[in-house]
Amino acid sequence: MYSKILILRFPGDVVHKPIVCSLVRDYDLTFNILNATVFPRKEGILVLELYGTRKNFRQGVSYLKEQGVHVKNAEQEIKRKEEKCTHCGACTAVCPTGALSIQRPEMIVNFDQKKCSVCELCVPACPTRAMKVRPTNYAFFE
Amino acid sequence: MKEHKINKTYQEINEKIRSGEVVVVTAEEMIDIVKDEGPVEAARRVDVVTTGTFAPMCSSGAFINFGHSVPGIKASEVWLNNVPAYGGVAAVDCYLGATQPCEDDPLNKVYPGEFNYGGGHVIQDLLAGKKIHLKATAYGTTCYPNRMIEKKVTLETLPSATLCNPRNGYQNYNCAINLNKKTVYTYMGALKPRAGNANYCSAGQLSPLFNDPYYKTIGLGTRIFLGGGTGYVTWHGTQHKPSADRTEKGVPVTPAGTLFVMGDLKQMRPEWLVGVSIQGYGCSLAVGLGVPIPILNEEMAQYTAVSDEDIFTQIIDYGHDYGNGISKTYGQVSYAELKSGSIKLNGEDVPTVPLSSMVKAREIADILKKQISEGTFLLGEPQFTLPV
Ligand code: SF4
Ligand code: SF4
Repeated sequence: MYSKILILRFPGDVVHKPIVCSLVRDYDLTFNILNATVFPRKEGILVLELYGTRKNFRQGVSYLKEQGVHVKNAEQEIKRKEEKCTHCGACTAVCPTGALSIQRPEMIVNFDQKKCSVCELCVPACPTRAMKVRPTNYAFFE
Repeated sequence: MKEHKINKTYQEINEKIRSGEVVVVTAEEMIDIVKDEGPVEAARRVDVVTTGTFAPMCSSGAFINFGHSVPGIKASEVWLNNVPAYGGVAAVDCYLGATQPCEDDPLNKVYPGEFNYGGGHVIQDLLAGKKIHLKATAYGTTCYPNRMIEKKVTLETLPSATLCNPRNGYQNYNCAINLNKKTVYTYMGALKPRAGNANYCSAGQLSPLFNDPYYKTIGLGTRIFLGGGTGYVTWHGTQHKPSADRTEKGVPVTPAGTLFVMGDLKQMRPEWLVGVSIQGYGCSLAVGLGVPIPILNEEMAQYTAVSDEDIFTQIIDYGHDYGNGISKTYGQVSYAELKSGSIKLNGEDVPTVPLSSMVKAREIADILKKQISEGTFLLGEPQFTLPV
């Protein structure tokens, strides 16, 4: 059995198609949803762990791409460049998981990476660009 | 008969600063002092209250003189790291505005745009000691025959650079919601549909103008903390509107007073002038600003004791109303409610999102307090105060 965490971004025009159903039916894959959000202009983001044989997995992913879904490996993580963070709080407007939250009454903005679903919404929302996407395996080399 | 029980002059307070006897507290510390001791005692004991705010302040920029070249040029168009600066000042002077995006920025072509680099970022890069690429073009004259120059400049090599912000430190600002059906990206941040969040941008009880609501001590010549260095209030800021509605205590309930501030960029710091990218809106500069308020009498002690419970603002719809010039309020909320993390709107809880950093605002008030206590920062007595 092969499994991987994937981040699927559904552009507005494909968001209503029953794509994930076909993954199960036609490619014999099972999944576990880790995070799902539908955003402005109806863009959807689904973070799921996908299980199946390696072959089915590969075909399933190509099927997703053909349908116009952006597929990304979740083996990335979000890091905060602490020296760039001004603790303004703007990111807490978009963070869907509470990974970015405000500690009261100090009004310090905390980042709890364990809660982060790597949806990347905070990256462009942070005015000082303190939130960065990085492949996880790089951590070993740093 | 004197109007107040306690009467101090700027000179007396500065004398105390020089001799090290001065008593300085931050605007947050002052709240309890006045509550416990009353304004008269507080005014007897405390000489200066420090304030602070750190937030994107769009109406900011710098006058930069980049030095004469041989042959000379009278620059008409100027770019710094590809960000256009206004060249119609004099031969080699320009004004770089914080909100100017760089020339090839895709802007909002793919909405919401990211606005990764603009005038505010150039200012921060200069302060960080980075080399900036400067290009200037001209039509050529007899006295200034050159038509184009390109060179690398740093803050150190520039003959002069002056931060000059026509509108900073807004006394109060709206609380923004979005009653639209889709998310909007505004200068008040990302606003989710159907009032999914309420964003606000003020340091509240620490914010300079809330602590001197009628500008009794602030005017031309007030020495301030600006961008990590020393600056001055030089005028009332653009859109200064002292006539805004006020509470009984004199605190305006809508955007009111503003400050025009200046200072030598060369002594400022990149941690306190931070280039920012506001999704879907544009570039700007987050400015660290702090004003010391002299406690000349018990009236000033009372003003500086203002707390978040006493400060209110209006809930405004940025999904439709604001852009269309409709000034309709969906309710009045206090900064105490806003800072608690959620407000009530038509009986429903709406999570609140700050855009102004309280952490940095507190740091500024503390720095000013330390500088004044140590005798390295004297008060500047205004020549005249801001219009009321
Ligand atoms: S938006 Fe960026 S700078 Fe502001 S609190 Fe979040 S991570 Fe820090
Ligand atoms: S990527 Fe950013 S917005 Fe998304 S969950 Fe992680 S911290 Fe929150």
